[in-house]
Amino acid sequence: MADSHEVKRRDFVNIVVVALGTVIGLVIGIPAIGYLIAPATKVQREEAWIPLGPLEAYPLNIPTLFSYTRTRINGWEKTVNSFGAYVWRHGGGESELTVYSNMCTHLSCRVTWREDITAYFCPCHDGRFNKEGEVITGPPPEPLYEYETKVEEETLFIKHMDV
Amino acid sequence: MTVKVITWLDERLGLTTIYDLVLDRKVPKVNWWFTLGSASLFLFVLQGVTGIFLSVYYVPSPGQAYNSIQYIMNGVTFGWLIRGIHSWGSSLMVIIVFIHMLRTFFMGAYKFPREITWLTGVFLLFATLGMGFTGYLLPWNQRAFWATTVGTEIAGTVPLIGDFILRVLRGGSDLSAVTLARFFSVHIWFLPVVIIALISVHMYLVVRLGISSVPKEEESESSGEAA
Repeated sequence: MADSHEVKRRDFVNIVVVALGTVIGLVIGIPAIGYLIAPATKVQREEAWIPLGPLEAYPLNIPTLFSYTRTRINGWEKTVNSFGAYVWRHGGGESELTVYSNMCTHLSCRVTWREDITAYFCPCHDGRFNKEGEVITGPPPEPLYEYETKVEEETLFIKHMDV
Repeated sequence: MTVKVITWLDERLGLTTIYDLVLDRKVPKVNWWFTLGSASLFLFVLQGVTGIFLSVYYVPSPGQAYNSIQYIMNGVTFGWLIRGIHSWGSSLMVIIVFIHMLRTFFMGAYKFPREITWLTGVFLLFATLGMGFTGYLLPWNQRAFWATTVGTEIAGTVPLIGDFILRVLRGGSDLSAVTLARFFSVHIWFLPVVIIALISVHMYLVVRLGISSVPKEEESESSGEAA
């Protein structure tokens, strides 16, 4: 078979069947993969300034939680996600404050400020952060996320960014 | 190398035996009408595959069914294609299966020893119609809702037990979320399982008994009965 350069009819048919089969497989297979991964290819990233109310509402030197929700559309439904921001005023001035996200940097559980241990505590894997948001103990790899802030007309704003 | 692998597998699985029995079996000289069974099988596989893909996004609940299909049509890459094939394929399958039945009937292919092939075929036709009926409700649009209202109402006209049949079909007196859920379940579990079982028997018999040849004109004219 390999000695003669002529292509036998049987071989020709085999080659055509394999070639056509590959083409049909690709024509069907690529849309099928596209269909399955479609929701993953649409990344929704938005940022927004969230008003946290007047600055005086937050006590001095005690991290205080502000909760807010963000809504976005997934598929055929609206998904409401909750977020929390800890406002820590270390002085009376407008710029003397830091706002941390309550999302643990380990695996995204939510941390709470506990006055008794003076630390942000994550219940999932016993992670702890100090008042400056730095890791004290536990598995978290990074300090707590720090929001960008601004004060306009005595109202505190933080810059929310979708993950 | 590939030959070695194939030989190794063949010694253990008997692949060539299956190939010879199923694909290289002796068939009489027949015409295009004899391809309708294979066409039906192909369409069933096509409906199965596209149906599995649709179930990735479809939600069988009155609040979400319609919206999830809108999402398949407008939001998902090639969603319109998958649903289009499933929707048009269903109509085509009913037509092909029906013509397959007509061919078997008019060519007398249902006669001894193929009666059980015919019987399973009749149930397969009913199951195919059942798939069409249950699938039609799933988009949960006006047409689906009223078609199922009428369809179940027709079933309700059976004497004595009609009202009971209607309530079994709807899962209560009203066409409700219960109806949608059970039609979905029948559409993706009960009927496919029944169809696969029947196809298995049907195909086993086709391989075991072989297919009938095209009836000859002279025979029926001279003896008054078909071969």
